[in-house]
Amino acid sequence: MLSVSVKDLTLNFGAVSVLKNMNLDVEEGEFIVLLGPSGCGKSTLLNCLAGLLDISDGQIWIKGKNVTWAEPSERGIGMVFQSYALYPQMTVRGNLSFGLKIAGMSKDEIEKRVARASEILQIQPLLDRKPGALSGGQRQRVAIGRALVRDVDVFLFDEPLSNLDAKLRSELRVEIKRLHTRLNNTMVYVTHDQIEALTLADRIAVMKGGVIQQLADPQTIYNKPSNLFVAGFIGSPSMNFLSGKTIEGGKAFQFGDIRISLDGYDGGAVLERDQAVLGVRPEHITVSASQPAGPSIPAVVEIDEHLGADSLLWLKAGEKELCVRVPVEGRLPSGTKVHLGLDIAKASLFDAKTEQRI
Amino acid sequence: MATSGTDTIQPTGAKPRPFFAPDRVLIYSLLIITSIYFLIPLYVMIITSLKDLDEIREGNIFIPTLKPTLDAWVKAWSAACTGLNCTGLAPGFWNSVFITVPSVVVSITVASISGYSLAMWPFKLAERCFVILLVGSFIPYQVFLYPLVIITREMGIYSTLYAVIFVHTVFGLPILTLLFRNYFASLPEELFKAARVDGAGYLRIFLQVLAPMSVPIFTVAVILQVTGIWNDFLFGVIYAGPTNYPMTVQLNNIVNSLQGVKEYNVEMAATILTGLVPLTIYFVSGKYFVRGIAAGAVKG
Ligand SMILES: Nc1ncnc2c1ncn2[C@@H]1O[C@H](COP(=O)(O)OP(=O)(O)OP(=O)(O)O)[C@@H](O)[C@H]1O
Ligand SMILES: [Mg+2]
Repeated sequence: MLSVSVKDLTLNFGAVSVLKNMNLDVEEGEFIVLLGPSGCGKSTLLNCLAGLLDISDGQIWIKGKNVTWAEPSERGIGMVFQSYALYPQMTVRGNLSFGLKIAGMSKDEIEKRVARASEILQIQPLLDRKPGALSGGQRQRVAIGRALVRDVDVFLFDEPLSNLDAKLRSELRVEIKRLHTRLNNTMVYVTHDQIEALTLADRIAVMKGGVIQQLADPQTIYNKPSNLFVAGFIGSPSMNFLSGKTIEGGKAFQFGDIRISLDGYDGGAVLERDQAVLGVRPEHITVSASQPAGPSIPAVVEIDEHLGADSLLWLKAGEKELCVRVPVEGRLPSGTKVHLGLDIAKASLFDAKTEQRI
Repeated sequence: MATSGTDTIQPTGAKPRPFFAPDRVLIYSLLIITSIYFLIPLYVMIITSLKDLDEIREGNIFIPTLKPTLDAWVKAWSAACTGLNCTGLAPGFWNSVFITVPSVVVSITVASISGYSLAMWPFKLAERCFVILLVGSFIPYQVFLYPLVIITREMGIYSTLYAVIFVHTVFGLPILTLLFRNYFASLPEELFKAARVDGAGYLRIFLQVLAPMSVPIFTVAVILQVTGIWNDFLFGVIYAGPTNYPMTVQLNNIVNSLQGVKEYNVEMAATILTGLVPLTIYFVSGKYFVRGIAAGAVKG
């Protein structure tokens, strides 16, 4: 059964169209991450789902009910905000039970739910404190608790971890994953942190300019980005793009005067295109000191960045800057001449005009 | 490297400053001079109010009295004459209370709710209302004096305390609404959203979520209104009618009374009595000005 379904959703702020004819279906129990650059409309979409913004056109269905015009509290959603948004004058207990009291729930039931949520999130010792006396991590736990007590089908998270420091962020990330495994509700999670997206999501929706560019599982998003934007946005450091053209009826790619065979390329019919882009991730390029048997790109090492587990080599092939991830073995001094081999099976080829993956 | 030299040890932290640093001397002298400038009149008023008329006639206005008496205060409160009736300030005080309390309560209630609506529930004409309010707060109110005479007359309340209350409430609204609107607009929007997701409605969000966070702005509004309304003279003279004059008008009438001897001690006491209410408000509420109540609501 579909848990959340967005149909032809359009949202305009005055003359500005922020979400354009958007469609999104989320399965029950699915963890969807909305990922995209700042200002692409992630929060706006989430607010529409929550009922905090009146949409301009389209419909929103939650659990088989058309909730397009329902009040936020009637939609069966819980929401967690980036700034925690705890009520400062109420204790943690007050924060957790505020919504339940409004719903007219009995004292015993409220007590029970608060106890359960605080047990799950391990915030029992904090129940009588005010938010001002909590650390950032604790505040965000309470904020999650406030969604938890409402016993809802759908959780909406708007960048819940982005105000926390790196260590806390990874701790809470794991905790959210655990929470999802335990409760198995639907989660719609906004972030612009790729690691969060790739680790948490069942499916990622990459957005740009109010349009979902690609909706797929993390593997697919990473390995087969559907267009140049997704390819460049996902991955750090980002994918290397070689501009050239496809030749020989689509059997090879020509980059400058180097011919790169497309043998083993995992995609559609390449054909001959006079403007194409070959995208290769830094870890799918091999570096060798001597010229290998197959086609290769000669390059010069500029910088060798040591990252601990591996190294990043920043090279120049002619005018083109490239980045390669290599195991930390002998370090290569700047100026070293090397040859780069590309793993075509894991590369992505794009039509430069449509920017779509071939 | 560390062997030879205490001379390499550098002191850390801010440089200790001599107590009589030039800038400090300047600041303190300025502060002291300004304080004296404002305190001397107050001092003279207080000691004069404690003297009897004979002692005042001796003319040593800076010298405290040896036999202080509260007679002047009692007279100012209950027996000083304004023309023919000698009732002192007391009726004026109660008139002022009766004007100030409802005006303050009503104007702040209405303005805070309007400000909240403008900031949090944007409706089609919200922008326009905002502009109108902005313009409204800058129109000199003398322009409205005569129209308001007619309006209150038509309402049947001219020359009563209700007319003064009405006028004060209306004139307080634009600036107070702006004040509240700006304050609520500065509160984190996500708090408001969270409350909506929790199912709180229009009034509940205001009363239970936002108002408790807004003590500082309510305090500012109360101070503005109480001092403004208490100190008002013009509206009192025009709209209250002779039997309902507020304390300020009554004070004026006592001080400018042409009959009999000039009773400086009574005048001083009356003046201090009239200023006492705003003064108390400042002292009591001062600390809320500084206090940030919203701490801990969001990040930080
Ligand atoms: N109330 C509003 N009025 C007009 N434009 C708005 C309003 N709220 C958002 N926008 C615009 O809508 C676009 C999307 O905003 P949104 O907050 O959804 O971005 P986002 O993807 O969440 O970005 P971020 O990662 O920075 O949070 C932005 O260009 C923003 O300027
Ligand atoms: Mg956002």
